[in-house]
Amino acid sequence: MNIERIGEKQVAITGIGQSEVGRPSALSAMQLTVDAALEAIEDAGLKKSDIDGVACWPGDNNNGSAFSPVGPNALISTLGLNVNWFGGGYEGPGPLAGVINGAMAIAAGLCDHVLVFRTITEATQRQTDKTATALSNKTVGRDTSFFWQWYTPYNVQSAINLAALYAQRHSYEYGTRSEQLGQIALTCRANAALNPKAVFREPLSMEDYLSSRLISTPLRLFDCDVHCDASTAIVLSRKDIAKDCRNPPITLEAIGSALNQPWSWEQIDLTGMAAIDAASMMWARTDLGPADVGSAQLYDGFSIFTMIWLEALGLCGRGESGEFVEGGSRIALNGQLPINTNGGQLSGGRTHGLGYVHEACAQLWGRAGARQSHAHDVAIAASGGGPLAGSLLLVKNR
Amino acid sequence: MSRKLPALTADTCHFWQGGAEGQLLIHFCPDCQRYFHPPSPVCPSCCSNRVGPKAVSGHGQIVSYTINYQQWNPTLDIPYVVAIVELDEQPGLRLLSNIVNCPTEQVSIGLQVRVCFERYEDIWLPLFEVQT
Ligand SMILES: [Zn+2]
Repeated sequence: MNIERIGEKQVAITGIGQSEVGRPSALSAMQLTVDAALEAIEDAGLKKSDIDGVACWPGDNNNGSAFSPVGPNALISTLGLNVNWFGGGYEGPGPLAGVINGAMAIAAGLCDHVLVFRTITEATQRQTDKTATALSNKTVGRDTSFFWQWYTPYNVQSAINLAALYAQRHSYEYGTRSEQLGQIALTCRANAALNPKAVFREPLSMEDYLSSRLISTPLRLFDCDVHCDASTAIVLSRKDIAKDCRNPPITLEAIGSALNQPWSWEQIDLTGMAAIDAASMMWARTDLGPADVGSAQLYDGFSIFTMIWLEALGLCGRGESGEFVEGGSRIALNGQLPINTNGGQLSGGRTHGLGYVHEACAQLWGRAGARQSHAHDVAIAASGGGPLAGSLLLVKNR
Repeated sequence: MSRKLPALTADTCHFWQGGAEGQLLIHFCPDCQRYFHPPSPVCPSCCSNRVGPKAVSGHGQIVSYTINYQQWNPTLDIPYVVAIVELDEQPGLRLLSNIVNCPTEQVSIGLQVRVCFERYEDIWLPLFEVQT
């Protein structure tokens, strides 16, 4: 591929921001969003009048759900922004779709500085309605959803039932054991202990993990991410003007957004998901490779997704993630490949997608405080499970 | 066991109602000579619109499964088994269903299963039980 045709290389992350992470938070969804957005703009050394684009995944879909209570329309009005381009929407390559869309808008010359954000208030929602997120409640009456109608009649009530099918198959094909899945949870908890914002910071032992209740075999309570109220924002800038911003620009070296299988949870590769498509696209757009990666923030909505991303991205061999993570030394903060350094979603909180990008940048900039890993210039943020998958290769000083 | 029921369309009604005649109806493309699922108005391989429902044996094997223990709502009978079944007619011809009428500890990957139907209003829900 002609490198000049790879538009994301003309785009850099110049600022990051995040609200408080509450379980729940007393702040409104819009307050959380404003806090994250203004912090990111300030961090980039920009003024709000510099922002001429806004992107969000999934946006508020006209229903203000706790899954995404604030979309671009509302934030533009609230901050009084003047934009050349803005967009949101659920359909796309997973929770990083807002970043990918924003980068495309810059590469297409529509804007210079795009604010990308993601707000979620599922902790507040679950105070009053624990069943609100059940899949059968997504539609009223008969299930008219093109995809969920194949699952809800069988009482697939949460994505965990689908993730569990992948975990069971992974175990069958590769011998992956509970202790190996559990290591993802333990590593996240150990990192969360060093992150003042993390939701769960008290120690978690393998005994705690193995004695936690089964939700959907082989997955247990601690294989599931934790709901929170939070907003995360980043600023994407045209790379040629990013050098004038406050931070060393972090280039979007390569995007992975491919889907070469049906958009389906059961018709795809059960141990590779759409992650294998996104990852192979990403590596085809760069001369860097897995050995260059210094840290990886890998989607852990459920622990098995992190294992599958490790393999899909070539950070370990196919089927070898269990052995790779066992004992935790390779993926620890001081290991060869630190992962989910802020505690991930399993312990840090389900900021859902953009939190991984925020943390990847914090690590690259050396601003992660007590949880800072070794100095490095190349990081991965990857997000999504099942047919949702997107990945970013982020490089400082390139 | 309470269940959310699917909306019926011209594309999907055969799958959900074939059980009225005791048949599992899966969409088939005569141009590719291949089945596909879920049903749709065109073949996902060749875009032929000559597709339509065709009865299959209802025999298959479990590709993966999970035993759900979570009480997502008060009307669920837990535990229950969610599984991906691959039908004997064609490698990779999969659908998601429940494994019923057997103790959960008997379920395993590779187990041979066959379709059975449970009626809810105008839906004959395809479920699977262990072949004996
Ligand atoms: Zn065909």
